[in-house]
Amino acid sequence: MQLDCTQTPDLMIVHVREARIDAAGAIDFKDRMRDLVTAEGGRVLLDLSQVTFIDSSGLGAVVAVRKALGPERPLELAGLTPAVEKVFRLTRMDTVFTIRPALSDIAAGTQHAL
Amino acid sequence: MPCDMARRRTRIVIPSDPLAVRQALCALFERLLAGAMTADARDTAQIVLAEALNNIVEHAYAQAPGEIEVTIDVSPGGLTCRIMDAGLPLPGGGLPEGEAPALPAEGDLPEGGFGWHLIRALSEDLNYRREGERNFLSFRISAQQYPH
Repeated sequence: MQLDCTQTPDLMIVHVREARIDAAGAIDFKDRMRDLVTAEGGRVLLDLSQVTFIDSSGLGAVVAVRKALGPERPLELAGLTPAVEKVFRLTRMDTVFTIRPALSDIAAGTQHAL
Repeated sequence: MPCDMARRRTRIVIPSDPLAVRQALCALFERLLAGAMTADARDTAQIVLAEALNNIVEHAYAQAPGEIEVTIDVSPGGLTCRIMDAGLPLPGGGLPEGEAPALPAEGDLPEGGFGWHLIRALSEDLNYRREGERNFLSFRISAQQYPH
């Protein structure tokens, strides 16, 4: 599970460089995310634009990361592809997470500032 | 992995392993069924099949590994999927209700329990039966997807 990180003063963007967050990779994803986000205390935005498929195990892992971050650091999501959006919508998790339309709009101004 | 293009029947047998499930889904939906259905119908079918296979790996074969046989028939109307395994029967001998887990405002969000809800929400003609030592699960995915 490859995760790349873009750190800005007030926002950590984690780019998932995998096509799938599924039962075979959910635990690895959860562990890697926990390692990444423990160091710093700002907001976390998960860029899912390269993820074309997620199953309920993958969804559970994203929820677990949100819970690990705590209520003070809400996990935001961006770049949901159609299959991922469908899973979030059918489980009503789209009402729990802050879902951004597209990362390019948000990050265009922050990435070059690093 | 035989695939008769005229009848559009695909049959695969995989071990009860999460990586084997992933590889089977990739083979089916990125190659064999590419172009056979709309992208939306393929997404729907992949979600349902993934949840069904994950359940078998996690629960039916919880005590001992085994094989899973998947047969998929594609027609202009959609996709029919039949799954057979030789693991434990479904608890209670029937399909779970599949109600969506409640989502409390904060704190104790559920991390699981969504599988059967997704299967029920996205599939048609869902059927389960136990015959001898085997489980048979089947469902249909319509080629014409409606907003869920």
